[in-house]
Amino acid sequence: MSTLSTRRTPAPYLFLAPAVLLFGLFLAIPIGYTVYLSLRGTKVSGLGLGKGARQEVFTGLDNYAAAIGDGELWAGWLRVLGYGTLVLVVMLGLALLFALLLDSAHVRLARFSRIAIFLPFAVPGVAATLLWGFLYLPSLSPIRQVLDVDLLGSGTVVLSMANVAVWGGVGFNMLVLYTALRAVPRDYYEAARLDGASEVQIALRIKIPILIPAIILTTVFSIIATVQVFTEPTTLRPLTNTISSTWSPLMKVYRDAFVTGDIYSAAATSIVIAAISLVLSFGFLRVVRDRAFGEG
Amino acid sequence: MATTAVRTAAHRAAPRGRRAYGIAPTAILLLGAVYCLLPVSWVLVAATKSKAELFSTTAFAPGTGLLSNLADLAAYRDGVFWLWLGNTFLYAGGGALLSTAVSTISGYALAKYDFRGRNLVFNMLIGGILVPAVVLAVPQYLLMSAVGLADTYWSVLLPQILHPYGIYLARIYATAAVPDALLEAGRIDGAGHWLLLRRVALPLMLPGMVTIFLFQFVAIWNNFLLPFIMLGDDQKFPLTVGLYTLLAAGANQPSLYNLIITGALVSIVPLVALFLTMQRYWRTDLAGGALK
Repeated sequence: MSTLSTRRTPAPYLFLAPAVLLFGLFLAIPIGYTVYLSLRGTKVSGLGLGKGARQEVFTGLDNYAAAIGDGELWAGWLRVLGYGTLVLVVMLGLALLFALLLDSAHVRLARFSRIAIFLPFAVPGVAATLLWGFLYLPSLSPIRQVLDVDLLGSGTVVLSMANVAVWGGVGFNMLVLYTALRAVPRDYYEAARLDGASEVQIALRIKIPILIPAIILTTVFSIIATVQVFTEPTTLRPLTNTISSTWSPLMKVYRDAFVTGDIYSAAATSIVIAAISLVLSFGFLRVVRDRAFGEG
Repeated sequence: MATTAVRTAAHRAAPRGRRAYGIAPTAILLLGAVYCLLPVSWVLVAATKSKAELFSTTAFAPGTGLLSNLADLAAYRDGVFWLWLGNTFLYAGGGALLSTAVSTISGYALAKYDFRGRNLVFNMLIGGILVPAVVLAVPQYLLMSAVGLADTYWSVLLPQILHPYGIYLARIYATAAVPDALLEAGRIDGAGHWLLLRRVALPLMLPGMVTIFLFQFVAIWNNFLLPFIMLGDDQKFPLTVGLYTLLAAGANQPSLYNLIITGALVSIVPLVALFLTMQRYWRTDLAGGALK
């Protein structure tokens, strides 16, 4: 495919130099540095006063042991697991439903609906949380005028937060799935229609199988984003006392690093979060691959 | 005969299907649209309410206080809000421009040159998409402080230039939009690599570059974690961090709610405008096409 390959030339290396440089500076070095920090800690000698009383030392896997044995972090994982499952199922389910409906033959005002549902993509997470946060407040809420439920209570706050994430993410995922559907030649469905298949049968038996790669892609990206949830709980916190400063694992990393100043345990916890999101993503890919391709 | 029978069956099936679903698909989509427009339309109305109206009138009744709300916002701490708006344009505009430039030349090189280590470089750059931001944020801050750049504009701008998804898109655009024959012809005419890139490839890749720019502009505009960690001086805040501090300060003071609501409205207007005017560039199909 490449016509410019016949001559040996430094051109491609020069063209790629900025990207590789940025990769080194802002990805490779920070990752290496996190790993390094996660293996270190401070040792306090004497009363911990004066110069040299606090020393940075190598501590092996102590920080990891602490992170894994930390009950607060586990509680955070459990909260995020519940929240994340809810967000993934509802958000991707709705995105798929909307994409299939948009693609079906007889829908009116499809363009309006598509643009409206994609609109939240243009609203920053902080602003989205803030808007919904005010809509949850008893003194302002039009929802509360209809529905008498405390939307920021300890039982409901997870649902309220999940709603913000679903609202912000459903449009983008719908668009990815919808564009994948539009790329399918129409005559695929024509044959099925001639055989008397209903629109629902076509959606279930033809369209969803075609969409599998796009569904996998959106699921993996949603898992990675959800495991790191930070903006929504942080922004909602000022409006309710039911969200602790360590509600999600990433909030604990932030607190460790910038409030209590323990960058070593923050580094170890970030590595654990990264590992868990990679395991979840790859685990999901494996399960899907086994089910889709392992049976035949 | 047989064909006719099938045809008739199909013809009978289609209207039956249409009647069975009726307006349900349209109605479900419109419900989704209403759900997605609800908070945006609420903030649009709420920002027009005066302090008294905000708590007394029904949620969707327009008020009379829009101008005084905007004036209050402009006066808040000597106009710091407009500074945040300007900063956000600087971060998102500058960052997206640089990001588009880097993505485009990288994608072009990966698509149109055959060289040692091409796959390695590509996989490495794309692998970056799987690295959770959390592993990077804390060490990036520490490294930025080490070189004296923490709490500067650079600390927010520089880490957001490299954009794996942008490079990925640019490679697809270059493969699809820049014909090899054209490059070959230019080369025979004696054009150098740089000239081929500028005169032949870039004009053809322009629509794709707009898409990359838009995605990165929105990503930086909406980013909260990085500036929240990097910046301490509120004169350098982008809107997201500014709005957060406004909320944190005013959540217990209902008298500040008008200010926060108006601030939220002002912070979403530019993106919504960009979004609606640039409709045709919001394409994800080339990305989807590469999954095959």
